[in-house]
Amino acid sequence: MSQRRVVVIDDHDMFRAGVRSEIGTAVEIVGEGADVDSAVKAIVATEPDVVLLDVHLPGGGGTEVMKQVHQRHPEVKFLALSVSDAAEDVIGVIRAGARGYVTKNISGTELVDAIGRVADGDAVFSPRLAGFVLDAFSGAIDIASVDEDLDRLSQREREVLRLIARGYAYKEVARELFISVKTVETHVSSVLRKLQLSNRHELTRWATDRRLV
Amino acid sequence: MVSGVAGGIADHLGVSDTVVRLVFIAATVFGGFGALIYAALWFLMPLAAPTVPAAPGLAAHTRGGLRSDQPPPMTESKARKREKSRGQVTALVVVGIGVLLLLNVAGFGVAGKMFWPLVFAGTGLALIWRQADEGQKAAWTNKAPTLGLLLGKGGLKSVIRVAVGLILIGTAVTVFLVQNNRLSMVGDVLVALLLAVVGLGVIAGPWVHRLSRDLNAERGERIRSQERADMAAHLHDSVLQTLALIQKQANDPRAVVKLARSQERDLRSWLYDEDDTTDQTLSGAAKRAAAEVEDSHGVPVEVVTVGDCELTEGLSAMVRAARESMVNAAKHSGADKIDVFVEVDGDRAEIFVRDRGKGFDTDGVPEDRLGLRHSVMGRMERHGGRATVRSDPETGTEVRLEMDR
Repeated sequence: MSQRRVVVIDDHDMFRAGVRSEIGTAVEIVGEGADVDSAVKAIVATEPDVVLLDVHLPGGGGTEVMKQVHQRHPEVKFLALSVSDAAEDVIGVIRAGARGYVTKNISGTELVDAIGRVADGDAVFSPRLAGFVLDAFSGAIDIASVDEDLDRLSQREREVLRLIARGYAYKEVARELFISVKTVETHVSSVLRKLQLSNRHELTRWATDRRLV
Repeated sequence: MVSGVAGGIADHLGVSDTVVRLVFIAATVFGGFGALIYAALWFLMPLAAPTVPAAPGLAAHTRGGLRSDQPPPMTESKARKREKSRGQVTALVVVGIGVLLLLNVAGFGVAGKMFWPLVFAGTGLALIWRQADEGQKAAWTNKAPTLGLLLGKGGLKSVIRVAVGLILIGTAVTVFLVQNNRLSMVGDVLVALLLAVVGLGVIAGPWVHRLSRDLNAERGERIRSQERADMAAHLHDSVLQTLALIQKQANDPRAVVKLARSQERDLRSWLYDEDDTTDQTLSGAAKRAAAEVEDSHGVPVEVVTVGDCELTEGLSAMVRAARESMVNAAKHSGADKIDVFVEVDGDRAEIFVRDRGKGFDTDGVPEDRLGLRHSVMGRMERHGGRATVRSDPETGTEVRLEMDR
């Protein structure tokens, strides 16, 4: 497999240098950006497989980068990378279009793994993100709701998320539930889609409570 | 539609705004006090608070332009609202004209003489009131006391609006007086006085009221920002202290990691945690136990919680059992990280403690692992719960604690 082409967006030089030295041999880093404008320029110029995107960025934050890039290049995939684990940031950046969310203390190999997953079109959920999603989709299920499919998680998806929240890797989730890794990925992608598209009343309310929407 | 009163009530009560509007209309038709209540609420109801304080970390990042406060869906709905507001004005005007014509044709109490004065006065008042409402949205500044509030940020347009409103009211009063010049002089004077007082009250009312409320809001904001500054100062001190300690202990990596980790936790909880209910809830207690283990054993413990509930006696026992499991994992597993997952789902509470360490043989628990049998399993059983341990040299150890709450 050829190396993944990655653009790293972060406003701290030190952090970009750190990422470069940690994963620079496993993936090809084709560009960098330090704020919204330079990020959009770098991404549009290089058309990478995956963009590692900091949530907090001068000029409007990571969501702004995604908005501008997706207008012209909807196929670019973003993996959010942040020190913040506030629900506002995590859910906000996913709703804005990121394919995954990992915190900056992730190890190099885990990060490379996550990049590969995002490049393949799958979603990457950290334990904390899985926890937030379970929280957001909890509560009574209104069967009569119109967007029923979008608005609730299936039993299986819930099980998968629980295991991820417990710190299981996809491989371990698969073994635990006697399903294939591919099936785990399908479930997680489906949860991501629901999270991005759902207008579920509870999700909206949960978001409003946390001032997300 | 007019000022968002119905919508606000609907939001508050969690019912459809159409229902609220229908109730208002019904109350207006039968007895007419619906309109009065509506007007009073328009006065008294706060606008949806635009200054909900965010967690300091988020607020700071937002101020610095490092994050966009509103995710994209928000901008869409905002645009829609603005469009709606334009349609709303047109609708209001059309309905207003219709009602007036209807009243006129039906000859409902509004004699021909009174008709135009009423139309002028009504339109003028509507303009001024709407303007005051919009002025509210502009931040209160000391530079332009009353005028700023009345005119808002609309610039020339709002000046014209207020002027037209005033002229219309003036015209109304004049026309009224001219048409009624058959009244005695006393009556004239009384009417004029009454009109002047009522007019002034009606015009000044909205802003006098809003003025005082905005001043209060501003005072509150100042107190809040002062508190924030105090907290920031305190934190800077603690962060600086830790950095100094780290420099001193630079040749002991374990101590450095421990210091950095505990400082990170401290900062993080202040920046991003919304409330501090450590001692009263299950998730709070579990987080604190994890922090203690992390500090005393130098192994990072990641806690993820879903749902929460009050900490009962049984649940405190469960947290103590979880703490013991974390200590075991930190001391014996050799893992570089421990994952803790706390979930409250309906009547059941669960805590998972997991490490990817070397595992152990669950049947032949060695002497030094008696803690597991007594402190974890025994404790859970005494309080009506259950503990399951699964361990494997490849995947590490997982302790699962369950309890009905």
